Amino acid sequence: MNGVEGVIEFHLDSRSGVSPYLQLVQQVRQALLLGVLEAGDRLPTVKEVVAQLAINPNTVLKAYRELERDGLASAKPGVGTFVTATLADESLAAHGPLREGLRAWLAAARKAGLDEESIEALFLSTFRTPVTEENE
Amino acid sequence: MTPVIAAKGLGMRYGRRWALSDCDLEIPPGRVAGLVGPNGAGKTTLMNLMAGQLTPTTGTIEVLGSRPADRPEQLARVGFVAQETPTYAGLTVGEHLRLGAKLNPRWDQAVAEERLRRLGLDHGQRAGQLSGGQRAQLALTLGIAKRPELLILDEPVAALDPLARREFLQALMEAVAEHAFSVVMSSHLLADLERVCDYLVLLVSSRLEVAGEVEELLATHWLITGVRREDPPEGAEVISASHTGRQSTLLVRSATPISEPGWLASQVSLEDIVLAHMGRPALEVAA
Repeated sequence: MNGVEGVIEFHLDSRSGVSPYLQLVQQVRQALLLGVLEAGDRLPTVKEVVAQLAINPNTVLKAYRELERDGLASAKPGVGTFVTATLADESLAAHGPLREGLRAWLAAARKAGLDEESIEALFLSTFRTPVTEENE
Repeated sequence: MTPVIAAKGLGMRYGRRWALSDCDLEIPPGRVAGLVGPNGAGKTTLMNLMAGQLTPTTGTIEVLGSRPADRPEQLARVGFVAQETPTYAGLTVGEHLRLGAKLNPRWDQAVAEERLRRLGLDHGQRAGQLSGGQRAQLALTLGIAKRPELLILDEPVAALDPLARREFLQALMEAVAEHAFSVVMSSHLLADLERVCDYLVLLVSSRLEVAGEVEELLATHWLITGVRREDPPEGAEVISASHTGRQSTLLVRSATPISEPGWLASQVSLEDIVLAHMGRPALEVAA
């Protein structure tokens, strides 16, 4: 069987603990945030997704319904489900410079002797700390 | 809507042994139902009853609203792929299709040909020379091309290697998406069932232990741990329990989330739920 002919291809992590339908929703949201998917793009058909992932068709339908409820996609009967909104907007332009900054930061962290685990822990703990000094 | 399967007080006895007893079951239409349970729990008996290959000792069973295998029209609505992927070793792939066309009034030759083309199977090949995966795909092709409203599959992937298993389930799910038929499928491979099934039927010791929507089962089962205590949280039914000197670990069923202080609750996989239920009656018998 060939790959899915849409713009994106789904994958499933069976050990993530995240339900399959939610993984599909998250992957569409992520593709929107990264600008991989744009308004007007057709999402893979239910048949294409289940033929690729060997999952229940209802799982895909549920994911697409949720995307519709969130105003991100809309189904055209007999044609497919299409992306109707984008999440990336203007912020996408900032991705390049931010990625550069992050690379520099990671290099500095490694130079300081942090291993992968410490870097991840530091990032997550900082990311989750409520920002209080934003009003300066 | 008419249930795909409706059983009431269904029982089957072989000599003095009950292979299935007291089974009340209703599977809604449009589901891919997984039938699980230990060996000898009655799965194959239940599937043979669904397919009309057996006559029940007690109770009744209706398939798509009628008695199984009652009339030719009823037979045409139900596809049955028995264990060991039934194909005739001496017949060619093409002869299997001709047989299917002859025996099934709703036979869809175009669907059969298209599937063979994609599988790379030749009309001239003998079934006996095919690999296990190819034989299973041939049996599935015959089941799909029959264009049934319900397809019953008894351990269709048990003998297949992981790749062939995945390819089989991909083909099955694609056909379900395209032709919208219901499925009842038995398997020991819980991880596969978790991807594929949206309804679960669990048999243990010839009895129905659990039946329900997978989503609902996942939403109502919890693994809770806490300082050792004998009494479960209020409203929770204990499925399995283990205790150390200090700690209790319970798998419980509860309609509402467990939020009692002292208990730490987490969600569980379908596999854990099935295993916990499988262990339960055995424990009760032993007690």
